[in-house]
Amino acid sequence: MTEYVVLSSILFTIGAVGVLVRRNAIVVFMCVELMLNASNLALVAFAKQHGNLEGQVAAFFVMVVAAAEVVVGLAIIMTIFRSRRSASVDDASLLKF
Amino acid sequence: MIAFWTLAPLMVLAALGILFVRKAVHAALLLAVVMISLAILYADLDAPFLFAVQIIVYTGAILMLFLFVLMLVGVDSADSVVETIKGQRVLATVGGLLLGLILVISLSQLTLGTATGLDDANEGGNIPALANLVFSRFVFAFEVTSALLITAAVGAMVLAHRERLTPKQTQADLAAKRVRDFADKGAHLGPLPAPGVYARHNAVDTPALLPDGTAAESSVSRVLAARGTVRSAPAMAHDIEDLKRQLGVDTAARPGVTGTSGAAASTTEDVPAEHGKHDEGATS
Repeated sequence: MTEYVVLSSILFTIGAVGVLVRRNAIVVFMCVELMLNASNLALVAFAKQHGNLEGQVAAFFVMVVAAAEVVVGLAIIMTIFRSRRSASVDDASLLKF
Repeated sequence: MIAFWTLAPLMVLAALGILFVRKAVHAALLLAVVMISLAILYADLDAPFLFAVQIIVYTGAILMLFLFVLMLVGVDSADSVVETIKGQRVLATVGGLLLGLILVISLSQLTLGTATGLDDANEGGNIPALANLVFSRFVFAFEVTSALLITAAVGAMVLAHRERLTPKQTQADLAAKRVRDFADKGAHLGPLPAPGVYARHNAVDTPALLPDGTAAESSVSRVLAARGTVRSAPAMAHDIEDLKRQLGVDTAARPGVTGTSGAAASTTEDVPAEHGKHDEGATS
């Protein structure tokens, strides 16, 4: 089971670096999804390790929350794009004084 | 294990690709590779329900949503290379490498022992066992999820909604505007002329010909004119003489004449001779 957890941590790290490095808001969002998926893999692997299904239930709830989060997040990206014609995360710095 | 060792390098490569590809569409496709591979790993880990949900919800719904938004936002909006915070990219890469190293090294020193396996827990089917858990111990989380989903749906609708600033133009308004333009500026009242339809070509990129032989500019789309892909009728007619010579058709022999000659033969004497000459010309 260790290799599953190692793979999940590698995917999580790649997602985290992607969130910090990429500028396009949609790609940043995809990297967040990658991190969620990586944690799901760890949950499912631990479910098999411990022999009970609570890990799978947790992964299922993570999927539901991710679906809701994607809907709202993409709507926000659409609104920002509509008002300032750009999907770059650096352009939306209105709260900076 | 075979599934794991074939899919794991593929997933890591695809995930790394998300960091380096320039176009967001390619990133979405690479993410699809990662997600489908994850689904197969779930099947390998005795989670058939999550295997199906991963494919249906993630690759089916979420990635399609990503692609829809990419189509709306602009497929080729590439990343800018200007750094807003100085050295952020380098620091992020170094920090990420450190995090990855710490995680991988510490986790690979871990020994979890032999896996218990889900054979006992999955007895009677994985989906009934999951349902037992979701609707008993996690029933409150399940109920809260419904509130979350409704909030998300309403939130997306509110965010995507746009107030109409100008009143909607109805068909009656458009017709009134046309007539007003005709009265004020003398603009053409009727519909625009259709593009040219010729014997050998009837595409929308050929302008119609006016009675004096010039092309009617308004009969072709402005987009085609801006792209410079409008064809002219003389350019299509320049090889007609060559075609006639290849077919051996006499230039004097018009197809319309043979059709009417039968009726003309009964009235005048010298037309049948003319007709015979035409046939010779056509068959030679």
